[in-house]
Amino acid sequence: MKYALILASGTGSRMGNTELPKQFLKIGSKPIILHTIEQFTLSNLIDKIIVVVKEEWKNHLQDILDNYNIKNVEIALGGETRHESVKKGCEYIIEKYGMHNDDILITHDAVRPFITHRIIEENIEKIKEYDAVDTVVPAFDTIVKIDDDKIEDIPNRKQMYQGQTPQTFKLKEMYELISSLNENEANTLTDACKIYLIKNKKIGYVLGEVYNFKITTQYDLNVANRIVRGEVNI
Amino acid sequence: MINIRYKLTSPKQIVEEFVDEKVENDEIIVRPKYLSICAADQRYYQGTRDKKVLNKKLPLTLIHEAIGEVVYSNDSEFKVGTSVVMLPNIHGIKSNIKENYDRSSKFRGSSCDGFMQNNVVCKKENVIKIDRDDVEVVFLELMSVVFNALDSFEKVVTNIDNSKIAIYGDGSLGYIASLIIKKRFSNCKIISIGKNKDKLNYFTFVDDKYTIDKIPENVSFDYAFECVGGLGSESAINSIINNINPQGVVSLLGVSEYPININTRMVLEKGLYLIGNSRSSYNDFKNAVDFIQKYPDTLNYLSNIVSNVVDVKSISDINQAFMQDTMNPFKTIMKWDI
Repeated sequence: MKYALILASGTGSRMGNTELPKQFLKIGSKPIILHTIEQFTLSNLIDKIIVVVKEEWKNHLQDILDNYNIKNVEIALGGETRHESVKKGCEYIIEKYGMHNDDILITHDAVRPFITHRIIEENIEKIKEYDAVDTVVPAFDTIVKIDDDKIEDIPNRKQMYQGQTPQTFKLKEMYELISSLNENEANTLTDACKIYLIKNKKIGYVLGEVYNFKITTQYDLNVANRIVRGEVNI
Repeated sequence: MINIRYKLTSPKQIVEEFVDEKVENDEIIVRPKYLSICAADQRYYQGTRDKKVLNKKLPLTLIHEAIGEVVYSNDSEFKVGTSVVMLPNIHGIKSNIKENYDRSSKFRGSSCDGFMQNNVVCKKENVIKIDRDDVEVVFLELMSVVFNALDSFEKVVTNIDNSKIAIYGDGSLGYIASLIIKKRFSNCKIISIGKNKDKLNYFTFVDDKYTIDKIPENVSFDYAFECVGGLGSESAINSIINNINPQGVVSLLGVSEYPININTRMVLEKGLYLIGNSRSSYNDFKNAVDFIQKYPDTLNYLSNIVSNVVDVKSISDINQAFMQDTMNPFKTIMKWDI
């Protein structure tokens, strides 16, 4: 089975003083999270869509899904951190559907609504060859590494990419790896692919799109709204 | 649904336009699989249409020949996963006029956005189920154009048995018209006439073929289909007028940007019928779909005019496809993986 795990447990602390977590804010006519879910529902490559959300927002999400008549989407409860949410998402799947060697897990941020079918398809294709697949775009700005108060390194820009989602894994391996993290590792590893990196696993990548950005700040929300109103052509 | 349309904003300039698309309960969402580039698309892309027309029509999403897969539907007839051909003609106010000639109708890739989109929202009446989704099936639109012409032709000509039919044009439309007409009127003699001998070599199924400058003097025919278009229409139509038998019927299918001079004196003297044809209707598409079912070897013949299949994953691939198309003898198809 191919499971899409949409991560929607964030609280949107970087969005500033908003009433709702950022994934529930609207762009165009609908909440961001619905736009994201819709892209997965339109993909014939995905068998199940599971959204991981904090307990207090579960009913809110269910109401939105009902109001927009979106079916075949399941809700699982997330955790405090990204890792915890992925882990809980895995546990939800394993408990409900069991765990099989060929199960694939495609994790995606709820606040990246501009994901395309191509990106999903290439993630699924690439996971056949790799232990994990990341979605990246070339870094257009120079990346500068800072240690304390001084610049420590300016890596060659040609080798620098920015990570997006989806990130795709084999469910069984992902669950085993994420369960084996100690508390310190779980708190410091902010990226799921990083787990694979430190465990010397083979990670492939697919090219994302510049517009597959994460709606994190008020500025991003304004840009996203202008994009769906057709005011910005990419 | 957030949708992306790939819009031509000025010649050779395609950008992604995002739309927050509303989908009504009776609408179907289709993800395109194969898109075929037509000469009309190429004229917009290259900017060879009249400047006033370009200013009026751009930005525009191109492409009106496409097949795809249903990815959303509430209709039991078009379940998710069904392969369909998408119809470019969107019927306006219903009247007694055939929909492709009705002035209130819209045509994708011309008067409204074409199929170069991530997902296409369609009414049920704008899709027809297909059994196969091979690359050649994308030619159903061109086939439907021929069936539209035959629909008008057969209203004028009631007994066609054992007649001679000339088809002018060695391009994709000429090839498809020759193929359909040969199979449909199997006891008629089919003559293909073109400009390029190499391209005419592809027309293996016709009875005779000539280049337009070397038509033997004794060659005549009862009916003709002009599938040339452009400035070449002029010499083709006048050649038809010279060689056709009196009271013959001439079906015109080739689109020209320019007014064409034709020898009307001879049209009058011979008492010819000229029939104008453009685009196609739902029924013409249905006839094209049925034709492929009835004559399964059609797809094999159609594969000969697939000059190139370009895998499209980005805008630069779209540009690549349009550039390659200018060098291809027949059709360039985009495999839509964007």
